[in-house]
Amino acid sequence: MKELSVENLLGIKYLTKSDVNLIFETADHFKEVLNRPIKKVPSLRDITIANLFFENSTRTKLSFELAEKRLSADVINFSASQSSVKKGETLIDTVNNILSMKVDIVVMRHPNVGAGVFLSKHVDAKIINAGDGTHEHPTQALLDSYSIREKLGTVKGKKIVIVGDVLHSRVALSNIFALKLQGAQVKVCGPTTLIPKHITSLGVEVETNLKKALEWCDVANVLRVQHERMDIKYFPSTREYTQLFGINKQILDNLGKKIVIMHPGPINRGVEITSDVADADQSIILNQVENGVAVRMAVIYLLAQQIKR
Amino acid sequence: MSRKTLLNSKEIEIILHRLACQLIENHNDFSNTVLIGLQPRGSFLANRLVDLLKNEYGIKNLELGLLDITFYRDDFRRRDEPLEATPTEIDFLIEDKKVVIIDDVLYSGRSVRAALTAIQSYGRPDNIELLVLIDRRFSRHLPIQPNYKGRQVDAINEEKVIVNWKETHKKDVIYLDNTVE
Repeated sequence: MKELSVENLLGIKYLTKSDVNLIFETADHFKEVLNRPIKKVPSLRDITIANLFFENSTRTKLSFELAEKRLSADVINFSASQSSVKKGETLIDTVNNILSMKVDIVVMRHPNVGAGVFLSKHVDAKIINAGDGTHEHPTQALLDSYSIREKLGTVKGKKIVIVGDVLHSRVALSNIFALKLQGAQVKVCGPTTLIPKHITSLGVEVETNLKKALEWCDVANVLRVQHERMDIKYFPSTREYTQLFGINKQILDNLGKKIVIMHPGPINRGVEITSDVADADQSIILNQVENGVAVRMAVIYLLAQQIKR
Repeated sequence: MSRKTLLNSKEIEIILHRLACQLIENHNDFSNTVLIGLQPRGSFLANRLVDLLKNEYGIKNLELGLLDITFYRDDFRRRDEPLEATPTEIDFLIEDKKVVIIDDVLYSGRSVRAALTAIQSYGRPDNIELLVLIDRRFSRHLPIQPNYKGRQVDAINEEKVIVNWKETHKKDVIYLDNTVE
């Protein structure tokens, strides 16, 4: 019988390969559930989950909420902009107040790196990290790997390039951990200013020429340029970024092979990728969104399994 | 631990034929009936019955689905060991169909209760029947009884019914294990 080796999902770096396999196998079952006429199971009907979003989110929050409701959990939502955080309340006080309402699982997005780890040490609930600053976004990385596995059969041995704003991306870091764990070869590609200095210590190569990176890879995971996290100018202009690191149909057609295109969203159409690439049949962007619900159902289900009454 | 043989392969073969004939009596050509084997162990019995119905009794167009009830169980988080799901394979709607749920052993009735809930995810059936190979009649926690049963067994709670199929254990045989020395 299988169980996760961790008590919380704080980051991919805490997971083992068999944890990832267990999550994927469980997600396969939930994907089947999501394709039924009635897309709901009663497994978590006595579990309460709080979605605490201290930072804006649309798709991750919707995806988690849908996953929780498909599992029949009771769901409460919280967003910092409408809360006592604005009045000066600390994170622990906020969360403890919510936990006093008998919450079993907390899904948290927070602008500060390590917020999930901090919380897991101070509160008695399962914590799922839905993104902590520029650190990790484990469920996104899991659904990305799951989507690659679905499209190409396996992640092991595949060549994957992560293109764009790696410096500000929690998706990139979690993806690197997840892909390396499963035996993929990973490169990052982007302007030198947006590549973290010591990224090669994670076992990835750096390629600053987009054409070469795309010729090498089986999958290109294209990241959004995170203007909101940029406190200084990292590249001269959006136009120049697009010319050097934007992916368009012409570049893909000249490759002589069909690579898989991914994007965690939201897309800046015409900046990282053009519309015809985002909507092409080799793009699995919408599959990623669909798989996100199944993967998050699996994570929540497996963690809830550890809660004993 | 002591072990007693409840049914040998010959007896199981006879029972399977009887169950197949009983199904035909009630469902004729199975044009509006679907069979649902409960995963994982009920699927062996369901497959054997489908083979018999098709090959020995000439029933055509028989629809068989396999249903996993893991996510519908009422003992999630109450067991010592985590539950592990198996695939569900039902590629048809059961709206207005007669459904026969098939499992190897009927014990507490909780698996069947979960199956009754799970089956509603595929539509509203016309009616649902239950077929089991072994009915442990004095072990029920819920008011659930089979419509078709291979053999009724009066076993105490310390006893376990072990069903071995030739697909997995080389020969068909059903044992009653007594775990109390």
